[in-house]
Amino acid sequence: MAARIRDAIRANEGIDVPLGAIDITLYRDDLTRIGYAPVVRESEIPFSVDDRVVVLVDDVLFTGRTIRAAMDALVDYGRPRAIRLAVLVDRGHRELPIRADFVGKNVPTAAGDDVRVHLVEVDGRDEVDLVTRVPA
Amino acid sequence: MKWTRHHVLDTDDWSRDEIETVLDQTRAMIEILQRPIRRAPPLRGRTVILFFAEASTRTRVSFELAAKALSADVTNITASGSSVEKGESLYDTVRTLQALGGDVVVMRHASSGAPYFVAERTDAAVINAGDGWHAHPTQGLLDAYTLRDALGDLDGKRVVIVGDVLHSRVARSDISTLVPLGAQVTLSGPPTLVPVAWRCGQPPRDVTYEPDLDRALEGADAVIALRLQRERQESGLLPSLREYSRVWGLTAERVARMQPRAPVMHPGPMNEGIEIDSAVAHGAQSLIETQVTNGVAVRMALLYLLAGAGTAAPVEERA
Repeated sequence: MAARIRDAIRANEGIDVPLGAIDITLYRDDLTRIGYAPVVRESEIPFSVDDRVVVLVDDVLFTGRTIRAAMDALVDYGRPRAIRLAVLVDRGHRELPIRADFVGKNVPTAAGDDVRVHLVEVDGRDEVDLVTRVPA
Repeated sequence: MKWTRHHVLDTDDWSRDEIETVLDQTRAMIEILQRPIRRAPPLRGRTVILFFAEASTRTRVSFELAAKALSADVTNITASGSSVEKGESLYDTVRTLQALGGDVVVMRHASSGAPYFVAERTDAAVINAGDGWHAHPTQGLLDAYTLRDALGDLDGKRVVIVGDVLHSRVARSDISTLVPLGAQVTLSGPPTLVPVAWRCGQPPRDVTYEPDLDRALEGADAVIALRLQRERQESGLLPSLREYSRVWGLTAERVARMQPRAPVMHPGPMNEGIEIDSAVAHGAQSLIETQVTNGVAVRMALLYLLAGAGTAAPVEERA
């Protein structure tokens, strides 16, 4: 998603925005609760974040805990001038005081629902599914 | 792959999947070590006890840096200056470790099997940092990582291990990590310092013995020189250090028999001029310093896998 936004900025504004990826596994607040060690993927931030505006991009904003972890991870790389947040879907149910600066669509959901985002680059199709659990 | 092991005692019963999981996690840990702030929080509030009953500097420091990079609290127990020197038994030391409440015990001991004894008697996760002649799993894993990183893929690659194989826990652990990844291991060294069963009988799968080092190195993809302990000569297993160096020492001329740019490794500390020439040890093909750097990352990966997720009952994971 971030790569697409980067391409759109390049096409429309002619500005090349550097792109990185951050893995938040080691910063999760539930590591001691999930009972096993989730796979850590390599973060790749091939530029200095110091004094820059960094836009975090995620598919779905839910509890806000992932974004909290991402912000903690990001500040280990330096001191950005500002951190902004862009998400495709904001499904509500925040557990932390976090809000997105750019939202594709607000989708009201129940807490037990699943929101699944598919992208052409990964899944071969662009699609957002809202899966509602039917009470038994 | 879901990680299920509670201890790291020996890699000889590990699957290729398990070894690759550790090596893949190591890659992520190396990235942390390259950041401006070389510290991540997953072991916050956890205690790692380093229990070294045998001399060691680099392994102990490596574990200490690894634990600290993951924000664990680290405490040291060494044999000299501790109750071990006052005659405390291993059993009583274990009871003490248990009472101190460490989450991970990293231990080195001169007796083969000592970490198993400890692992059976404590709730902590035990990592073997070298036990007697038996195993040194973190060295085996860091050597596998270093070689895989340098050669891309170990399938079908031929790795020569030269030196005192008989007394070497490093050789045993290297074999048990490199062979499952597809490497062919050629052992070389004086017949008196290679296990008789491997020399005359059946060596482990994908391991061969070649007494002539020049022949062993011909076309090889990498070489690992083992440390020669000087007391081996005193015990009559070697005529002289000079002869050992002449017949089994890694010289630039011998290294040239391998594939171009084939890596040269050594677990350290080196006897330069005996098992390895200074020119080779510090030459362009040497990965000896890379091994030390990678060692910290491998140990971070293991500490994370053993302690990062804690011991709480698993709950369903949410996005």
